[in-house]
Amino acid sequence: MNTELLLQLLVNGVIVGMLYGVVAMCFVLIYKSTQVVNFAQGEFLVLGGWVCLSLVVQMGLPFILAFIFTLVFMAIFGILVQQIILRPLIGEPIISVIMVTIGLSIFMQSLMNWIFGNDAKRFPDIFGSLSVITIGGLNVETAYVMSLVLSLLIMAVFYFFFRFTRHGLAMRATAFNQQIAQSLGISVKQTFAMAWAISALVSGVAGVVMGIVSAVSNSLAFVGIKVFPAVIVGGLDSIVGAVVGGLIIGVLENLAEFADGEYLHIGNLYTIAPFYVLIVILMIKPYGLFGTKDIERI
Amino acid sequence: MGHVPNPRPAGDFRTSYIDDASLFKTRFEGRAAVAIVVALAVAAPFLSNYMLSQMILIGIYSIAALGLNILVGITGQISLGHGAFFGFGAFASAWIVNSFGIPAIIAIPLAGVLTTAIGMIFGVPAARIKGLYLAIATLASQFILEDFFARADWFSGGVYGSLAARPSIFGFALDTDLRYFFLVLFWTVVSVVAVTNLLRSRDGRALVAVRDHYLSAEIMGVNLTKYRILSFGISSFFAGLAGALFGHYLEFVSVEGFTILLSIQFLAMIIIGGLGSVYGTILGVIFVLLLPQVMEMAATSAADLVPALASGKAYIKEMSVGAAIILFLIFEPEGLIHRWRVIRASWKLFPFAR
Repeated sequence: MNTELLLQLLVNGVIVGMLYGVVAMCFVLIYKSTQVVNFAQGEFLVLGGWVCLSLVVQMGLPFILAFIFTLVFMAIFGILVQQIILRPLIGEPIISVIMVTIGLSIFMQSLMNWIFGNDAKRFPDIFGSLSVITIGGLNVETAYVMSLVLSLLIMAVFYFFFRFTRHGLAMRATAFNQQIAQSLGISVKQTFAMAWAISALVSGVAGVVMGIVSAVSNSLAFVGIKVFPAVIVGGLDSIVGAVVGGLIIGVLENLAEFADGEYLHIGNLYTIAPFYVLIVILMIKPYGLFGTKDIERI
Repeated sequence: MGHVPNPRPAGDFRTSYIDDASLFKTRFEGRAAVAIVVALAVAAPFLSNYMLSQMILIGIYSIAALGLNILVGITGQISLGHGAFFGFGAFASAWIVNSFGIPAIIAIPLAGVLTTAIGMIFGVPAARIKGLYLAIATLASQFILEDFFARADWFSGGVYGSLAARPSIFGFALDTDLRYFFLVLFWTVVSVVAVTNLLRSRDGRALVAVRDHYLSAEIMGVNLTKYRILSFGISSFFAGLAGALFGHYLEFVSVEGFTILLSIQFLAMIIIGGLGSVYGTILGVIFVLLLPQVMEMAATSAADLVPALASGKAYIKEMSVGAAIILFLIFEPEGLIHRWRVIRASWKLFPFAR
């Protein structure tokens, strides 16, 4: 057994899993507070990556400025999507809400391919991100370490925001019960807009990070699909569950790759294993590890 | 949404339950349906090759979309894996013909039966979960099936795809588009009649009850598990049948053709046409098939004014489908068939309707 490779893959799994966790958190945030399933989460990610990249490469802005501009842009974009596309569908059946975000994802995908091109593009090497550091005998690229730190930072900010700020409390109240929240003077409209803004913003950050780690391309949108196994494993309405689910899926992917490469030789198990897990979880524990079980009253 | 009256001609009373469950609501509707089919059959030899190929595709996609409409529009389930079932039908038919030497004309419905079995297996989660969870489960089945197509060399020829020869009846080869059109027309008519018939049967009413209020349905004695899985089975049958027709039409089945985008396209067809409506489905199929072509023509003709459009034609085609889904859901959530009903009502109620 190739222990070194296994360890290396496990570390990769944790780092990628943390990023999945961040994106899954954004997904859960929208679902929890507005009951919308966002199939376009992956496109949000790609959009963030592209905007930041073209600001750096084409406009020649310094990275930090481009990054801040990307954050502002993504927040405004999230609010606009919520206002224009999702507000008219409040109260419509779930199939309509699912389909509208799927329509949005197709639209964004082809529009971005048109504007930014089909090829993967790399960020200029700003952080020396390709240099390799050795931790405990394992080789890890600096970019991966940076992504890990940033993921942890985002999670900490999320925790702080929901636990200690007024808006966070308002969002938790809205997620719990919209009518009660409204009668207590919380603006549900504002809360919805904020949920989308935060979610788009953080997805944008994840997109930039993934762009630095690998490259920006439309294939990053596949993270938006990987998020589904993660949130189902963790439970659709649990932020903690999203992080744990993301970690599990990230590690599982890499374990699948290890098993595949060393023993099974099936090929491509890496991409498909999370979906088998997804089906199994749905069969035995549909509300995931941390999700609230729906109790239906007649 | 305002209620749209669905007026019947004066003096047309239903005096028995059999009348009420008739296949066509009025005698005129029945005659019109027959007239359209006859007109299509008569006109087919005079159509250009392009028109003919479009008609064949409309027929094939209509069968598949009808299947999806049973699942989504009638039973209220969600499937994001219909494209994969469509693909399974295409591969299954080619596999049956190539491995067992069964004539393609028989293999096509057989492929539908095989796909039914697969659909019911993947529909098992539907017994326990619904709504969003089901959507995600079917999304997983899409990817698992796609992976299976690429992997199972014995079944699909793997990455090389498999050949699917045109069928023949009693030595009469359906090797031209015109001859194949009649086969597709036959199966389309059979499917439309079968689905319309299903809707007026006991099982059809049970499916509607599951959609409208599944708890009440269960209390009234409808077996939820049975009907949910049954609805997956029926919908997969039509997907498989249409897929088989598609495979034998192209004479070659390749792995790349049945992605999640195809599944989304099927959903777009039934949402744009009208959920739960048989004729709406066909309208939706025509709309979704023609929209990208119309957009391409528009982009080509506008390219003289805005040169940037010329390079973006392919993207505009894709974007138009996404935009159509969004716009229909926001402005006309009941689909094209609703528009048609409004027009018909204002015609019949003239001068009293708006």
